[in-house]
Amino acid sequence: MTKDYLIERNGKKYEVVIGLEVHAQVLSESKLFSTSPTKFGSEPNTQVSLVDAAFPGMLPVINEFCIKQAIKTGIGLNAKINNKSIFDRKNYFYADLPQGYQISQYKDPIVGEGNVVVDLASGSKIIGIERLHLEQDAGKSIHDIDPKNTLVDLNRSGVALMEIVSKPDLRSPEEVNFYIKKLRSIMRYLGTCDGNMQEGSLRADVNVSVRKQGDDKYGTRCEIKNVNSIKFMQMAIEYEANRQVDILEEGGKIDQETRLFDTKKNVTRSMRSKEDAHDYRYFPDPDLLPLEFSDEYVENIKKEIPELPDQKKSRFIEKFNLSPYEANILVSDLDISKYFEAVIENSDVKLSSNWITGELFALLNEKNLEITESPISAKNLSKLINLIKDGTISGKIAKTVFEMMAEGDKNPIEIVKEKGLKQQSDPKELEKLIEKVINDNQDTVKEYKSGKEKLFGFFVGQAMKVSGGKANPQLVNEILKKKLK
Amino acid sequence: MSNITDLSLSELVSNIKNKKLSSHDVTSEYVKRSKKSKNLNTYIEETFEAALKKAKEFDSKPDLNKKLPGIPMAIKDLFCTKNVKTTASSKILNNFIPTYESTVTQNLWNDGAILLGKLNCDEFAMGSSNETSYFGNVISPIDKDLVPGGSSGGSASALAAKLTPATIGTDTGGSIRQPASFTGTVGLKPTYGSCSRYGIVAFASSLDQAGPMTRNVNDAALLLEVMSSFDNKDSTSVDFKRPMYSKDLSKDIKGKKIGIPKEYRVDGMSEEIEKLWEDGKNYLKDCGAEIIDVSLPHTKFALPTYYIVAPAEASSNLARYDGVKYGFRTEGNNLIDMYEKTRSAGFGDEVKRRIMIGTYVLSSGYYDAYYLKAQKVRRLIKNDFNNIFQKVDAILTPSTPSSAFKIGDKSNDPVSMYLNDIFTVPVNLAGLPGISIPAGLDKKGYPLGLQIIGKSFDEQNILNIAYSMEDKINFKFNLKEWWMND
Amino acid sequence: MSIDLKTVKHISKLSRISLDEQKAKKLETDLNSIFKWIEQLNELKTENIEPLSSIAETKLRLRKDEIKSKNIREEILKNSPDDNKDFFVVPKVVE
Repeated sequence: MTKDYLIERNGKKYEVVIGLEVHAQVLSESKLFSTSPTKFGSEPNTQVSLVDAAFPGMLPVINEFCIKQAIKTGIGLNAKINNKSIFDRKNYFYADLPQGYQISQYKDPIVGEGNVVVDLASGSKIIGIERLHLEQDAGKSIHDIDPKNTLVDLNRSGVALMEIVSKPDLRSPEEVNFYIKKLRSIMRYLGTCDGNMQEGSLRADVNVSVRKQGDDKYGTRCEIKNVNSIKFMQMAIEYEANRQVDILEEGGKIDQETRLFDTKKNVTRSMRSKEDAHDYRYFPDPDLLPLEFSDEYVENIKKEIPELPDQKKSRFIEKFNLSPYEANILVSDLDISKYFEAVIENSDVKLSSNWITGELFALLNEKNLEITESPISAKNLSKLINLIKDGTISGKIAKTVFEMMAEGDKNPIEIVKEKGLKQQSDPKELEKLIEKVINDNQDTVKEYKSGKEKLFGFFVGQAMKVSGGKANPQLVNEILKKKLK
Repeated sequence: MSNITDLSLSELVSNIKNKKLSSHDVTSEYVKRSKKSKNLNTYIEETFEAALKKAKEFDSKPDLNKKLPGIPMAIKDLFCTKNVKTTASSKILNNFIPTYESTVTQNLWNDGAILLGKLNCDEFAMGSSNETSYFGNVISPIDKDLVPGGSSGGSASALAAKLTPATIGTDTGGSIRQPASFTGTVGLKPTYGSCSRYGIVAFASSLDQAGPMTRNVNDAALLLEVMSSFDNKDSTSVDFKRPMYSKDLSKDIKGKKIGIPKEYRVDGMSEEIEKLWEDGKNYLKDCGAEIIDVSLPHTKFALPTYYIVAPAEASSNLARYDGVKYGFRTEGNNLIDMYEKTRSAGFGDEVKRRIMIGTYVLSSGYYDAYYLKAQKVRRLIKNDFNNIFQKVDAILTPSTPSSAFKIGDKSNDPVSMYLNDIFTVPVNLAGLPGISIPAGLDKKGYPLGLQIIGKSFDEQNILNIAYSMEDKINFKFNLKEWWMND
Repeated sequence: MSIDLKTVKHISKLSRISLDEQKAKKLETDLNSIFKWIEQLNELKTENIEPLSSIAETKLRLRKDEIKSKNIREEILKNSPDDNKDFFVVPKVVE
């Protein structure tokens, strides 16, 4: 059990309560209400239709695929899917909001309550999901090109987002880390969001409050807007929780407000536009009708749901006898699990797991690569593991072969053949070799036979050395034992 | 042949089809007359040269299978027209040139019509007198002191003054029917979802419908046939089998049951209107229809409901006019300052008033008391009609509580202005079709209209009823052409 | 319910329309008379009535996930009050 995350001041302990509103960009070809592409990184304003730029008389028409993606995600979050949901307008003015309102879902979201199982070092914890709704993304305001003006790029304007709202069930930056990772993993398994935080496909508003340990009532919360990396989320929470505790300890009151995380100074600060306390004036979008679908529609989507991380983990544990720890590592990322499953198709599970989580991860780490960029293909790693398993090479030689494979995904069978690394397992050959070692070291043999049994290792070492490391260590042991009797 | 501009749309069509007239003949006559009629202030943008060129092109290769073969038409400036300035009569869109065409106008051009120009209207269609336009008020050809009604006032005036053979308007609370009634013309608001809203500057999305404004019922049927289409670009467009309204037009309304709602007999209604309504009933009886007294108990709540729903939607629909993407901008010290100055200078008083009403009824703490309440009452109003339509095929009412009023008469009293739409607004709230036809004159000699309200998508029925009544009424209005310049 | 000057100013702020004192006072008068008239709705009991927000007699149609619109940057920026070729331009925003 890890220690609870508590903030101590003047002998008092404060608990931190965190809820997240995660904005996940839906993977789709075109936008939520227009037929513009959603591709990241295009030239500014080249993916903007008349609808996205809110020209007079333009109307929204909804993309069915985005609806299916939201339903899929809802299923992945074990959540209630609502057969009827409503699109509302959230009214506010901003440079990158061309309509003057965002089409979102307010009272009747497409997905209701659900949950996510988060695997912490201390065990698993269930985090409640309040809701998931579909909404339009805004454009991008760029402040640092023109010194006098703000420039607006509407490429992102209208791209579908899923806002996933958690219950205030998170209690530490660490839990937030694992929660986000789990959420991302689920969506990547489902193919509903690529989870790429650098490209802004996944960002979150973080609600933070503090209360004295043991209190049932939540404290007043502050919302930290639009944080786009897990590291920043953790830093922001840490800062914000301490700020709030300081205020309370000085006898102050927390103002419920929206704050920003300043990534240069690592502090949160109140947003300037405070004077216009937001009043979004939500109302049902009269350009759209309620979204309605049947249970059957949802059932059909359920059929398309792949095995999700939790199910896969259970299967790995039951079927392959992996430890929960190992299983967790192997399922946490969809690509890792795919790699693992490709390797074990023809190879020993335990050895595969060891090699992937050991040598391969070390290699990827060292080269700073994702598993999808692995220099060693699953096919070749599988061959290497088979060479170990059938005794063709020893584990030690295998590490040498692995290093050679890393230089360009070479076939390990070829490497072993080329470099003559095949293990010597012929008993006659080994006997000859061992006889030579014994003959060359008569003095040590005497010492050994007089009782210095520790010297056995010396003979093994010599035999391996003479064989250039290729001798089958097991056979060497057996033969030596016989010969030295 | 009589004067070309005296011919109705259907007559022009048949003359062109019979090659008795060319598109250029017709177009040049309308251009000539329009040029002489600037006093009425109907046009915001004239495309006369382009129209004449298109007419020639049409004549060089006439496609006589079109429903509107080479017919010139001026239209309300609420429809976006490709490469032709579209302003919604607002300063905030004063320099806006769309790169796209509204579906309804595209339908007109596809069927052979030619754009003559863009017609004045109330700013963003918010008004009942055409006095809220940034481009000045429109004069009624009936009398120089008279408003033509609104918001499609420019359309009604241009139609009545014969500056266009027919025209199209939009109707959110009566904006087609009321000006038609004031100018002695025919105006039809179709069922919500019949005409696409794509490319029409939005006022109140759940109420807006485009519709025809014509000199007679037959023309209205023809124009509706062309305008109405199912459109994938409008999520509220309804996919139903659209009849050939003009082909199927019939005077046989024998046995039709016509409801007379007692709640439309409002306090202070003039005797002339009473008489007009009474005459209407008699005409219908003459045609073999059956008159049935009915009740629409929530009628009196329609206007207050409308003045919550429409401004609420408008306050949001007009948020896009912020000086960033298109239109007018006033520079400011910062973004918010720019917004506030731009919108303050860009919108006129009535538009601002409605944006404010809309913002207020949606704002935190008032939503339930106003907006939600209005949506509930809207349900009751809709239910009233549903109940009645179990018993009757259509409803007959006056179009307006009075004839056209004088310019300036009501502009300082918003509520009395709003009351003008008392008979037309319930129809929009319920999404039903309604047609206003000229039915007589008041003591001052100003036109009065009767309204026929139908079931959803039952335009054919109300057109048939209007068609039979038109015959009996035999409305004649001797227009003196006092406004013409040489 | 009466609408005071403070409320008028708050609404004008929300709607991003600046008002001078005179206009604000005029609006205060107008809005009060309009809302006094609107409040006749309170005569009606509506507790169990389902609100009606969409009048269209159809179901929400769903579109296929297809890209149909091309790069029309020039067209999109053509009507913009600023003549930047790549971006919409607004006064500097400080967050």
